[in-house]
Amino acid sequence: MIKRTVALGALGSLLLAAAPALAGPVDDTLVVNDEIEMTTRTAAPEHLSDVMDEVISGWHFRGDETRLMQADDFDNPGMIFVEQARDSWGEVEGTEGKSCASCHNEPESLAGVRAVYPKWNEEAGEVRTLEMQVNDCRVNQMGAEELKYTSVPMQSMVALISSVSRGMPVNVAIDGPAQETWEKGKEIYYTRFGQLELACANCHEDNYGNMIRADHLSQGQINGFPVYRLKNTKLNAAHDRFKGCIRDTRAETFAPGSPEFVALELYVASRGNGLSVEGPSVRN
Amino acid sequence: MAKTLTLSVGLALAATCVSAAEIAPSDVTYEDGAVAQSLSGAAGDATRGREIVGNKSLGNCVACHMISDQAEVPFHGEIGPPLDGAGERWSEAELRGIVANAKMMFDGSMMPSFYKTEGFIRPGKAYTGKAADDTFGPILTAQQIEDVVAYLTTLKE
Repeated sequence: MIKRTVALGALGSLLLAAAPALAGPVDDTLVVNDEIEMTTRTAAPEHLSDVMDEVISGWHFRGDETRLMQADDFDNPGMIFVEQARDSWGEVEGTEGKSCASCHNEPESLAGVRAVYPKWNEEAGEVRTLEMQVNDCRVNQMGAEELKYTSVPMQSMVALISSVSRGMPVNVAIDGPAQETWEKGKEIYYTRFGQLELACANCHEDNYGNMIRADHLSQGQINGFPVYRLKNTKLNAAHDRFKGCIRDTRAETFAPGSPEFVALELYVASRGNGLSVEGPSVRN
Repeated sequence: MAKTLTLSVGLALAATCVSAAEIAPSDVTYEDGAVAQSLSGAAGDATRGREIVGNKSLGNCVACHMISDQAEVPFHGEIGPPLDGAGERWSEAELRGIVANAKMMFDGSMMPSFYKTEGFIRPGKAYTGKAADDTFGPILTAQQIEDVVAYLTTLKE
């Protein structure tokens, strides 16, 4: 980390023409634990064919040390939270005397689930995120209290469920009953919010690879969520990142778990259809 | 015009630094994206403008634009065109129009409008994420716009 910062600082003060050399995604491949081969670049899904050819994981836009941390579970601080969630997986909570394990056995039985969420729930008649489904289980199956959407226990549980799908391609459905929510999310993605009048697309579609001050803009893919950020040393929910981005446009944000962010999550997830599930990933 | 005068007088009473000749954000007249008249009624100060352009909590222009003259400021962005030579490429009136509201000259520009107070979607209270309240104003004051314009006119290749 220190080495990289010094190098950047030196480049920055020497010659600003150094910046273009840093632009663009880094050419590298990600294999986690010498075992899980990650698809971090792939052909863009059909619905994006008008705007881009290739979708690229945010992993390619981070520094060498940060990328390396994600390649081994012993170096990935996000995995500490996964282990904690593994402990609570078997703990009985609520009035029904059940734990997650009572119905789902091992967490590995949920392999593939992260890849298709957010997902239409026929019974509820709504698109649900993984967080919403976890809380549905807690309230209706376990008789336990809901976990706060962006809390450590919730994001740790989501990270555990994501971790058992790592390497599998994101494949959220955007047609059928989910289409209306997807369209709403798409509209939000292209809306220029706030006093700075910036849409997600301004930075993450039109300018990925470019520097905005010290930030290397990525495509804003969410296949790596929950993300362990070195900046705040915790797991971050996709909705927390959405909130931060909209706040930074000098706008009134939406709340994590709000219908707007659920729709936006479905849409943004669909832009990464074909990339591997990476959560918990490591970013700065 | 009467409204402008009333508003300006009101502001002048509240804050003595505001001149009676100031043009309110919603009263600015653009011609092909350019603004001929000083927004504050006074001349800009290029030295103050240089500070505003590089300062993260003021104009933060370097977040998106590379400017060789600001070499001591780390991390210049690559979003907009480099501003080296901007003072030769554009007239003062054009620079004023671009800084105040670039979308008047460049339809759909990503550049924020620095002297505008209306027409936003979910405007917030600065960077708090909360809704805008009665303290909502343009990103830069009329005089700050003039200072930035004065600085930009000094940028030669």
